[in-house]
Amino acid sequence: MPELLAIENLHAWYGESHILHGIELSVAEGEVITLLGRNGAGRTTTLKAILGMVDKRTGSIRLNGREVIKEPTHKIARIGMLGYCPEERGIFSRLTVDENLALPPTLGDGGMSRDEIYSMFPNLAERRRSTGTQLSGGEQQMLAMARVLRTGARILLLDEITEGLAPVIVQTLGQTIRQMRERGLTIVLVEQNFHFAAPLADRHYIIEHGAVAEVVAAHEAEEKRERINAFLSV
Amino acid sequence: MSLNAILAQTMLGLSQGVFYAMLSLGLAIIFGLLNVINFAHGALYMLGAFVALIGYSYLGPWLGQPDWHMGFWTALVVSPLLVGGLGMLIERFLLRRLYDFDHIYGLLLTFGIALILQGLFANYFNISGTPYPGQPESLSGIVNLGFMYFPKYRLFAILFSIVVCFATWFVIERTSLGAVLRAGVENPKLVEAFGINVPRMVTLTFGFGVALAALAGVLAAPIYSVSPLMGADLIITVFAVVVIGGMGSILGAIVTGLMLGLVQGLTQAVYPPAANTVIFFIMVVVLLIRPAGLFGKVV
Repeated sequence: MPELLAIENLHAWYGESHILHGIELSVAEGEVITLLGRNGAGRTTTLKAILGMVDKRTGSIRLNGREVIKEPTHKIARIGMLGYCPEERGIFSRLTVDENLALPPTLGDGGMSRDEIYSMFPNLAERRRSTGTQLSGGEQQMLAMARVLRTGARILLLDEITEGLAPVIVQTLGQTIRQMRERGLTIVLVEQNFHFAAPLADRHYIIEHGAVAEVVAAHEAEEKRERINAFLSV
Repeated sequence: MSLNAILAQTMLGLSQGVFYAMLSLGLAIIFGLLNVINFAHGALYMLGAFVALIGYSYLGPWLGQPDWHMGFWTALVVSPLLVGGLGMLIERFLLRRLYDFDHIYGLLLTFGIALILQGLFANYFNISGTPYPGQPESLSGIVNLGFMYFPKYRLFAILFSIVVCFATWFVIERTSLGAVLRAGVENPKLVEAFGINVPRMVTLTFGFGVALAALAGVLAAPIYSVSPLMGADLIITVFAVVVIGGMGSILGAIVTGLMLGLVQGLTQAVYPPAANTVIFFIMVVVLLIRPAGLFGKVV
């Protein structure tokens, strides 16, 4: 499978703070990878740096073979056909559910139609006219996912989508990710919940101090469980 | 005071209020997306009026065609386009460099632009004002409203402004184009991460807000005389309107503008000496009771 996302020696800064120190990773089409690590290790910043949402970055980021390190955010999103779910979910409070869903422009073919999305997330269908602030945390997270599925994005960048959600909603989200995987989407999952991530991913990148500390393939995950837990524990 | 007198003052207040509404609407749109308090707004309103005046009275002679005039209806289209275009250049090449700094820099820059524009026009035009002779024939004369005789042109200016204001409100609050703008006000970085060209949207938005000021300027030209300081005089009141309505609320800007025009008109009838101060008095009261403004959200 061709390499869709390749990151080499990525450094990133917020103001004077040097957050990423040479991240290296590569994802082939259709793969699901996770970025595991403690809070503040640089996982969220890695996603933001891919999208150019940091103050400064150096190194190389290739999306579908094209170097994007110098491109502005809106072009990166289109070149890479990226679908981004931020950690804080980013539901616009002044927009209705329908408007939130329709907001991101279409990036490629094969996006889900509005009807498909509403049948996948029936809760959202009932709340189409509600504004963002009236949704529960779980509904907001589903909307944040649904929003990027509509665009035909090829790579999903999902940041802590299970954080703070009830187990039944986490299950639904896991189901959604499996379906996306079957559709051939490439997924980069930032997770703290290894239990959630383990059965979904092909590979785990453990991030520590702004660099990749270890790469664990899915089949090694069980035997390296102790090590992974050591990295994740506070 | 008779009912007729009250209605008459209402109409007069409204004809002032629509200018407050159009200007504070532009300021609110700009502030919402750019977080810039556009102190040049009054000067750009003045520029809008001057484009109409120059087009009608001066451009023909300058080009060696003394009989040629740019008509009022043409000015109503050309002036917002020209001044809006200037606004876009200001945003693209000056304001954009300041977004990473404190808000005060944007305020200082636009204040400086206002002074430059006013100084430039004061150098070539009469400060006490030049009448605009281009009011269209079809809008001259008066109409009988039943309770008063009212200048036809003023009635047109009121209706036209209200239509423009509410069309703007509709586009922003009820269409998908407006949804992008509302989302951009809330979280521009995320909107850009979805692949929308936010810097371009910011430029266009600034241009649109400025174009509204220019449109108000053209509408004002036949009513008031066109003077380099016409914007400076008006904008102080408009900022009071914006403070009362609350920054960043589209509907708030429109409603407050119209309402305060009415209040001013009625005060004119009851106690004329207070007519110019009543808005500032209301501003003080609102700031004491609701510091975020009538329509503003308390942060």
